[in-house]
Amino acid sequence: MAETRKGSDSSSPGSQPQGGQRDSSLKIAIVDESPIRAAILEDGLREAGFTQVERIAETHNLLVRIYAMDPDVILIDLESPSRDMLEQMFQMSRAVKRPVAMFVDQSDTASIQAAVDAGVSAYIVGGLKKERITSILDLCISRFNAFHRLQTELDQAKDALDERKVIDRAKGVLMKAKKFSEEEAYALMRKTAMNENKKIVDIAQSVLTAAELFK
Amino acid sequence: MSAIRLRIGYIPLVDAAALIVAADLGFTAAENLDVELVREVSWSNVRDKLNIGLFDAAHLLAPVAVASSLGIGHVRVPIVAPFNLGLNGNAITISPRLFAALESRADGDIADPKVSALALARVVAERKTRNAEPLTFGMTFPFSHHNYQLRYWMAAGGIDPDEDVRLVVLPPPYMVESLTNGHVDGFCVGAPWNSVAVDAGIGRILHFGCEIQSRVTEKVFAARESWANEHPDVLAALIRALAAAADFAEAPESLTAVSTAIAGRLGVTPELVARALTGNLKVAFDGTVRANDRYLMIGRNGAARPDPVQAAWIYAQIVRWGQAPLSEESLALAQAVFRPDLYDAAVGVSPPLGPGEAADGIGGFIGPAFNPADIAGHIAFWRTKRAGKPQLSVVR
Repeated sequence: MAETRKGSDSSSPGSQPQGGQRDSSLKIAIVDESPIRAAILEDGLREAGFTQVERIAETHNLLVRIYAMDPDVILIDLESPSRDMLEQMFQMSRAVKRPVAMFVDQSDTASIQAAVDAGVSAYIVGGLKKERITSILDLCISRFNAFHRLQTELDQAKDALDERKVIDRAKGVLMKAKKFSEEEAYALMRKTAMNENKKIVDIAQSVLTAAELFK
Repeated sequence: MSAIRLRIGYIPLVDAAALIVAADLGFTAAENLDVELVREVSWSNVRDKLNIGLFDAAHLLAPVAVASSLGIGHVRVPIVAPFNLGLNGNAITISPRLFAALESRADGDIADPKVSALALARVVAERKTRNAEPLTFGMTFPFSHHNYQLRYWMAAGGIDPDEDVRLVVLPPPYMVESLTNGHVDGFCVGAPWNSVAVDAGIGRILHFGCEIQSRVTEKVFAARESWANEHPDVLAALIRALAAAADFAEAPESLTAVSTAIAGRLGVTPELVARALTGNLKVAFDGTVRANDRYLMIGRNGAARPDPVQAAWIYAQIVRWGQAPLSEESLALAQAVFRPDLYDAAVGVSPPLGPGEAADGIGGFIGPAFNPADIAGHIAFWRTKRAGKPQLSVVR
């Protein structure tokens, strides 16, 4: 697919600035419904010297907002169904600006795979140098991965907290029913877990279920 | 021998039925295939993950398989479609307000798309006279029958879909919400979303897709051509599993099992799925039901066998709506996407179609019979309303 140059007045040959654009002048739109991840991405891009970064969280009138902003690069979360809306921009034939999908250049399959694995997709507007895009995308991939790690840690912490709560409640049940001390209640569950080759949280859950049944 | 592991992408829609049934009710396992179905949120994702090899195969909009193979709108990745997952299955749903407006201006039975298209043209003209915002309709993807069926219907009434109304891409899960808050006045989408809108009292089903064209290939089972060439035996096993699943899905006695399996994947009630599978759809909040056994065809009456005429029809729509110029070479490439040879090799030669199928294979509600050898004539027939160049699709 032919790339269409940006701006109706610059369509004549030679009117494009030489040597590509400066990073700071690149306009980057981030379409992401996760405000935390979008913020992480925006911070990263700003640290890297991109000053014109805008987040779009709302999907209503997505295209209108993108046209108004007129970005050079659009970054979108792969988990967003709104990606299909962006695809409609490829169908604009009379408008001069025409985004070109990142995936247009298939020479770099590894980096495309890395982007998809990380969950990010980039749309670029014609006339941008490939190296520039690659550096932006690399940054996005690392930020997306960092966010993912953060999310996983958060989930694990939450799971651990939930497990603690279940065990504490089970301890309470045993202490009341069998007049155990806290240590004895815990020791009994731990011993049972070891004997049955189960996790202590599973035993605790069974205690709670049983207690519920005997109510 | 251990089973062959496969990753297959899909969008949660009723027309993924054969795929869901094949994977979840043991048909792929019977072929010694270990299929992981991966739920996706956008057609762009399905296409890209198929293209770069993260998926071995996918549930795909038939027009995307053609566009991808031609490199229209995106990179060119040759795709093969050796099995149709579903024919038809769409519906046009509009707001009760627009329905009332159409009804009051209808010259005849509003259930007739010729009548409703003319009524819509009157509403559009009136809005123009009083400088009201144009009507907005949602569809799922630029390369989709949802887009093409809306356009075909509107153009039949003399409406230029690029000038007189707004067509916007909306992901199916956003359709109902967009109709509720008035961002769109109607949409064309597959099951179960029309029924969701009807049940919520915010939409009225105006037409089934099969009333616009009686036979179009909506979704295909798609694989990269290179993958298909490298894994002919695996592909044949997949086709056999899908064919067996499609037969099972069509048997009346399987309805409960099939609806339940699909509903589980979609996160809706089995009853909602059963409506689409049986073609008995509640079209209005008051409980009015319309029945048409062509609403969604899975495997029945040759539905699963790829038909290159369908690929030519899709290509004709791509050209008609300005997404690509007409060329004989592209037409041939488009038709080669649909692979009845692979289907026949896997399941045996099919009997000829039964009675009731359109002679031209498409059965449009208006216009001349479709002739794949004369797409230029097809385009010329429709390019009468406006002078000058063929209209190109533009987003405003």
